Formats: sequence, structure tokens, C-alpha cells
Amino acid sequence: MRLTLQIWRQKNADDTGGFSSYDVDASPDMSFLEMLDVLNETLTEAGEDPVAFEHDCREGICGSCCLMIDGRAHGPEPGTATCQLHMRKFEDGDTIRIEPWRSAAFPVLKDLVVDRVGLDRIVQAGGFISINTGSAPDANLIPVPRDKAELAMDAAACIGCGACVAQCPNGAAQLFAAAKVSHLALLPQGQPERDQRVLRMVEEMESAFGSCTNFAECEVACPKEISIEFIARMNRDYVSARLRRG
Amino acid sequence: MPGSLKFHQSALGKKVIMAASGIVLFGFVLVHMLGNLKLYQGAEKLNTYAEWLREMGAPLLPHNGAIWLMRVGLLVAVLVHVVSAYQVTRLSQRARPLNYKARQTLQATYASRTMRWGGVIILLFVIYHLAHLTWGSVHPAFIPGDVYSNVVAGFRVWWVSAFYVVAQMALGFHLYHGLWSMFQTLGVTAGDDRDWRRKFAVAFALLITLGNLSFPIAVLTGFVS
Ligand code: HEM
Ligand code: FES
Repeated sequence: MRLTLQIWRQKNADDTGGFSSYDVDASPDMSFLEMLDVLNETLTEAGEDPVAFEHDCREGICGSCCLMIDGRAHGPEPGTATCQLHMRKFEDGDTIRIEPWRSAAFPVLKDLVVDRVGLDRIVQAGGFISINTGSAPDANLIPVPRDKAELAMDAAACIGCGACVAQCPNGAAQLFAAAKVSHLALLPQGQPERDQRVLRMVEEMESAFGSCTNFAECEVACPKEISIEFIARMNRDYVSARLRRG
Repeated sequence: MPGSLKFHQSALGKKVIMAASGIVLFGFVLVHMLGNLKLYQGAEKLNTYAEWLREMGAPLLPHNGAIWLMRVGLLVAVLVHVVSAYQVTRLSQRARPLNYKARQTLQATYASRTMRWGGVIILLFVIYHLAHLTWGSVHPAFIPGDVYSNVVAGFRVWWVSAFYVVAQMALGFHLYHGLWSMFQTLGVTAGDDRDWRRKFAVAFALLITLGNLSFPIAVLTGFVS
């Protein structure tokens, strides 16, 4: 299949950047990133600068393959990170526009690579949880009700890619923060620092990201299909923590 | 120190304040619409109701006492609602200075995308509405105390009615997203039936909008005269 790519090129953080157009031959069986690899090989052979994009695991678990594809984070396939997206989702002759995540908190470093350290700061603000370390404890020593465990796992599925922020017209990081807050808040191990954690994480979040208006765009963009129900949970946690701590 | 922000300083706190003031305003528009249904019972019923609003709470409260208490409450609710809306909007605009060349809306509703300008339309409408039917300053034939004739004469002007219709639709959309959003903001999760919050929002937004739309339409079609 023959495709035209409109790709955002930007030399470095200070460059203004702009779109460049490339033609590429791809097979429907390639992943999206493999298709970009092919493009980069031709660019390198021609002595041009290859397109910088982030990737690592290529199996949908690390969250580094952040591409805005035709205005949708991670492209058209629901519940799929860019690295797991296949070219068969596109038609021969398609023009595909590829842009970096856009958020004041995610400055573009080069081409399609953005700095997502703002998300790490939210997790960092959450701090530690008080558990005993040492030899592995017995399994099931701490009982966790099944429904809570399932919900906590749903929240823990977050791979921190930032698609929620990228898709949000408010540039809000609510879904990310809510997933991180909820997955610990749902478990017994997360209880001792529960209030302090949500207060700090929300404050850190608000220092760099926008304010949620419940557009719910994030939920569709999320490659792990994390539900905005977690945002309601975080809000509840935040309000009760405030009430308890003044 | 992290986590030391006061509640009203945090965007999340502001959203809770918006939701709380939104509930107050929602309660008001609901009761306001229901009260206005007395239009269909004729001039006497409606005017007596309007008079009762002014006498409410007597002899404990003076004439106009209760209504002024409510007005102050509503004014405070509108103020904190609008100020908070402005502040969280600014935060979001700073957080997302650039848009995509290829824009896509995945599932955000029309109502959710028009909250800000819809809110401005409602605010302007409220000011006009007060000048029109409370103070009478922009009314062609205002008779203090004769609510029925003020409404009928007011709505006979077709473009006034048209503006009311537009504003009520804006209010309907605002309420639809607002009521749903309120559950999210206040942490009311949907649980197994994911849709009940949507259904609640649709039902009340429709109820209020249809009720309000009926008044200018009833006058224009001559159903009420
Ligand atoms: C009768 C009048 C009004 C009612 C019943 C009402 C109700 C509501 C409710 C229930 C919400 C949801 C809050 C939340 O997200 O939890 C809301 C949000 C909002 N309101 Fe209103 N409102 C009214 C008037 C206004 C006015 C006059 C403005 C602005 C001039 C306004 C601007 C907004 C905005 C921008 C939001 C979205 C804020 C956000 O989601 O962050 N509203 N409203
Ligand atoms: S490269 Fe790891 S999730 Fe896509």
C-alpha cells in the first residue's frame, strides 16, 4: 500500500517546527511503527534526518509510542497503543497526519518526541506506601475482595502514555491521575497514606495540567480503555480527604 | 508544602463549588418552571402565586423578605459559579495552548463542548429576563403586579419570544451536560448501570426545557391570551 504521511518535524525544543510530507510504501501487515521504520530507513539512506519518535516495548505495555494519528491518540483502533496498530486499518492511498502530543506540560523535544516528565511528577508527588519489605509475604495474607481487586487492576492497567492528556481539549491529566490514585486507594496496602496521596497528586496535577470538564475524550483515546468512573472516584477521594484534613 | 492548597484554590475544589452552585441553580430553574405552569390556570392563579412569593414566610418575615433571601442566595450561586467557571477555563487554556492540525472529536457531546459560550448566553439572557419581566424596564407595557398580562404582552413580540426560545435551548444543553458532569465532579459513580446518570440528566434537562419553551409558544400560537 502507498501512503502519504504529513509528519510534524521540529529540530529541537526551540525550533518552531512544521509539517513535512513523505510518500511511503508499506505492507498491511506492518505495525504503524514498522511503517515509520521503513520511512526512516529511506530517509537515512538519502542522507536526511530520520523522524524522531518514541518507542520501546512495541507490545503495548511501556506507553512510550505516543503519536497523534489523524487527530486521534494512538490512531483509529480502539484500545490499542500505536505500536500495536496495524497498517491494515488504513486504505491504500490514504494521507495520514502524524503529530506530537500537544500540551503545555509536554514540550516537544524533537519531531514527535515530547517530554512527559509531568506525569512522573504526579506519581512522585504520591509518595510511598507503608508496607513491610523483606522476604516475600505469604500469598493472600492480606485479603482483598474480588471486585476491589478487579477494579484496582483496571486502574493499574494505565501505561502512562499520556494519550488522555493529548486528547483532552483541556489538556487535563485527570484520567492518568485518577488511575494512579484509584489503584492504590482500592487496595488495603494503599490505605495509610490514602488522603495525603490524593491531595498531593491532585495538587501536582493542577500545577501543570488543565481542568477536567468531563468531555470524556480521554476514555476513548486510552489504549487501555480506562473508564472515567475512576475520575469520579478520585474526586470523591479528594473531597473526603479535604474534609478530613481541613 | 504539597497538598496544602485550600479547597477553593484547587481546580478540583472549584469544580465542586460549581457543581454545588449548579445544584442550587438547577433547583431554582426547576421550581421556576413549575411555578410558571400556573400560566395555564389563568391570570388570577398566576398573579396570586406571584403575590404569595412576596408574602411567603409572613408574619415571621417582612413583605418581600423570603424572596429577597432567595435572590441573595441565587446571586451568590451565580457569582461563584461564573467566577469558578472562568478560572478553570483559564487554567485549561494555558494547559492546552496549541491544537492539532487534524482535529477529531471522539465522544464529547455537543452540550459538553458548548458549556462556556452556552453559559455566557444564559447569563446575558438572565439579565435581559430580569429587565424584561421583573423590573419591566425593557417591557413595552409593564404593569407591576400583573404578571399574567406582562408575560402575554411580552411574548407577543415575536423576536422576544425567539430570544427566549434560543436561551432556553442553551439552558437545556447546559443542564444536560451540567447535571451529568455534576455526578462525576461530586464523585457519584455509576456502578453497574453506567447510563443512569445520563438518563437523569436527559430527563431533567428535557423537562425544564420543554416546560420553559411552552410559555412563549403558547402565547405566540394564541393558546394563552
Ligand atoms: C440557571 C443557570 C445555570 C445552571 C442551572 C447551571 C448548572 C451547571 C451545572 C450543574 C454544572 C456542572 C458542574 C460540574 O461540572 O460538576 C455547570 C457547569 C458549568 N457552568 Fe453552569 N449553570 C448555570 C449558569 C451558568 C452561567 C451563567 C455560566 C457562565 C456564564 C455557566 C458556566 C458553566 C461552565 C463553563 C460549566 C462547565 C465547567 C466545567 O465543567 O469545568 N453556567 N453548570
Ligand atoms: S512501544 Fe511500548 S507501548 Fe508502544
